[in-house]
Amino acid sequence: MAKKSMEPFLWTLFSAGGVLAALLIPIHLFLFGLALPLGWLPQPSYEHLFALLRHPVTQVYLFLLCTLALFHAAHRFRYTLYDGLQIKHLNEVINVLCYGGAIVGSVLTIYLLWQVP
Amino acid sequence: MVQVFPYAVGDAMSQTPIYTEYHPRWYRRRTSTYWWLRRPSYLVFILRELSSLFVAWFVVFTLLQIHALKEGPDGYQRFLDWSKSPLVLIGNSIALFFVVFHAFTWFQLAPQAMVVRLRGKRVGAAWIAGANYAAWALASVLVAWIVLRE
Repeated sequence: MAKKSMEPFLWTLFSAGGVLAALLIPIHLFLFGLALPLGWLPQPSYEHLFALLRHPVTQVYLFLLCTLALFHAAHRFRYTLYDGLQIKHLNEVINVLCYGGAIVGSVLTIYLLWQVP
Repeated sequence: MVQVFPYAVGDAMSQTPIYTEYHPRWYRRRTSTYWWLRRPSYLVFILRELSSLFVAWFVVFTLLQIHALKEGPDGYQRFLDWSKSPLVLIGNSIALFFVVFHAFTWFQLAPQAMVVRLRGKRVGAAWIAGANYAAWALASVLVAWIVLRE
């Protein structure tokens, strides 16, 4: 169980991630998930996208977007299980899985961005 | 749990107490596990909460994309082909629906979370929500422009 004192911190991450997710994920998913694969828009070249990925501003942007979105999702999903399924006896397992997953995903994000040549 | 019930108060001590294996239950109504199906507003709530799964999926998708970009043009082409497969397209469509739903509910709630005062007067909810929608539109146009310009 996350300590009571952790709750405001986790909520701040949830809230910050919620704002970024609302502002940015729809356009990302629309572009890379639908519009570009389906050819609704001209496909940007590999060189252009790779140059973007190497840019420090993009790296900070992707780091913040991915990690905060993960902590947002972890917090919200934790409460979905808590309210929706009423499995309070599994609280500790749920916390470990939700926030643990977010931590693993964040480490993976840092590693991937760090490894960009 | 074992409870002891004395017979009658008067001669309680003289008689053998009755043991029962049932704990006396106080009245506490159980909420159904499917409580969120009872009302449309409950369903909206649970759908909004489930958007978290699709936010997480977006991060996985983006990490795969970053990984593919690092692998070079061939690796990225494989990612593009994969993202054209029907299952991924359907998954991303559902995910898009949920994250847009998340965005609307988030911005709709923003006026209740933010109290903005201008010249001593509280700025109306419609203005705050409107500013959030404007920021959303601006951010979307900016991202699209950066990705698509060459």
